Amino acid sequence: MALQSLDIKARSATTTPSPHVRIEGAIPVAKLIDISKCIGCKACQVACMEWNDLRDEVGTNVGVYDNPRDLTDQSWTVMRFSEVEVEQGRLEWLIRKDGCMHCADPGCLKACPSPGAIVQYSNGIVDFHEENCIGCGYCITGCPFNIPRISKKDNKAYKCTLCSDRVGVGLEPACVKTCPTGAIVFGSKIDMIHHAEGRIADLKERGYSNAGLYDPQGVGGTHVMYVLQHGDKPELYANLPKDPSISPLVSLWKGITKPLMNFGIGLAVFAGFFHFVTVGPKLVPDEEADADDPPPPADPSRAYDPARPLSTRSDHE
Amino acid sequence: MSRWIHRYSAGERSNHWAVAISFVLAALSGIALFHPAFFFLSHLFGGGTWDRILHPYIGVFLALVFILLALRFWRRNVIRPRDREWMRHMGDELHNRDERMPETGKYNGGQKVLFWTVVMLIPILLLTGIVIWRPWFAPAFPLVVLRIAVLIHAVVAWLMILAIIVHVYAALWVKGSVRAMTRGTVSPAWAKHHHRAWYRELTGK
Ligand code: HEM
Ligand code: SF4
Ligand code: SF4
Repeated sequence: MALQSLDIKARSATTTPSPHVRIEGAIPVAKLIDISKCIGCKACQVACMEWNDLRDEVGTNVGVYDNPRDLTDQSWTVMRFSEVEVEQGRLEWLIRKDGCMHCADPGCLKACPSPGAIVQYSNGIVDFHEENCIGCGYCITGCPFNIPRISKKDNKAYKCTLCSDRVGVGLEPACVKTCPTGAIVFGSKIDMIHHAEGRIADLKERGYSNAGLYDPQGVGGTHVMYVLQHGDKPELYANLPKDPSISPLVSLWKGITKPLMNFGIGLAVFAGFFHFVTVGPKLVPDEEADADDPPPPADPSRAYDPARPLSTRSDHE
Repeated sequence: MSRWIHRYSAGERSNHWAVAISFVLAALSGIALFHPAFFFLSHLFGGGTWDRILHPYIGVFLALVFILLALRFWRRNVIRPRDREWMRHMGDELHNRDERMPETGKYNGGQKVLFWTVVMLIPILLLTGIVIWRPWFAPAFPLVVLRIAVLIHAVVAWLMILAIIVHVYAALWVKGSVRAMTRGTVSPAWAKHHHRAWYRELTGK
């Protein structure tokens, strides 16, 4: 769905400017998830289902709290539960709300071949516009956080929209509104960083000396950030990547190589054309044609007798 | 009395054109996703989604008919010393200094190199294409495999397109060649001039 009141910063597979007439643009927004405050109640998962009108299949219990087990086209956010002992004998239950990070440099958008299937608003939200999606799955290949999922129903890619439809009319995302402990907050990115600083200072006072903000610069920063008790070890949180960036393979695939390859194809065509107009066609010299054999008859369809072909059809030279 | 020289049977010609047509369709539908400048080509296939759906099936069809073609042609394409010699004279060939070119059999060095290039590239396209094929096979592979496969697929497709541009240009440039694949025949003079050893083999002259 298009949100005409929001400027667009980037649009997939588009080489012309995206619509951005507003003078100020939008203030970059961010959602801040304070893992130290999360109790794993999954109210945000329910709110997400409710607002976006999604219903995942009822799964089976596999002996862990993660439910559903993974992100799907119907579950754009899932709580991932990790039991860790950072200090010997001190069990910690780290619960991370997983979902799209809304990267400032989104690998999904970079990889997508379909114009306008992925857009990045000037407020930082990365949104999939499924009506333009062709179902190729390149966004999955491009995303450093393994977020997008293709629906089995319609073969379109889905993920968290950061409730762009709510944010566009001045509301906070549904998960933020519902969180009973205030672990998820939403606002301008600058405000969220300030808010996180307060939380981190508090955590440090309480003994989490490595508490920190997760706003990975490898993807240009994100518009979904975490406060981590163990900011030095994001992998503890269900393998949150420590220093994520768009894979060099993806950059190679979608970077300068493509224009260079286009240029190569153009060059080959032009080289052929100019070779033809300069050197000219390769002809059989007249004298040679006449020497041993007179020229073939004018109407070959009568002269050529398929029953008596000259070729021996031997396969050896 | 002179007769046209038979070069390709009806079966060989049909096989060649099945490969050629499916290659053009695979290349057009693939390149539509390759770069935004070419996305408009997806409209030839009914839009982006149809393009994405059809491309791999066209590719598999291409691979199948190409295997048949390769089985028919490979023996004639074994590279011999005189082909290496021919390759060394590429500059002369390109400047139409044909009198300096060594003798060739049914295929010259350039044609043989092109043949083996395509023999190598099509299986790579097939394998990497299957890996990135959604919704069928891609979900079974880890992300890093998908990333490598799609990169290889794009680069190899590019090489294939370049190789076929060379192939098509050569056919148009060397006058009298196209009818070998349309009618199956070439003029004796063409055969004698461009493929001396093959001509001798057929005619004894
Ligand atoms: C041999 C069997 C082939 C298979 C199974 C195959 C499969 C695929 C698949 C699955 C994709 C991803 C888009 C989609 O889902 O449609 C793709 C992309 C592509 N294919 Fe193929 N393909 C094959 C052959 C070819 C050939 C012969 C060419 C042309 C030279 C080609 C050129 C391309 C290109 C240029 C892309 C886009 C790559 C990119 O986005 O960078 N493919 N192919
Ligand atoms: S987390 Fe993945 S899906 Fe979300 S914006 Fe970043 S690259 Fe795109
Ligand atoms: S699946 Fe859809 S959103 Fe993802 S890259 Fe392909 S067209 Fe873009």
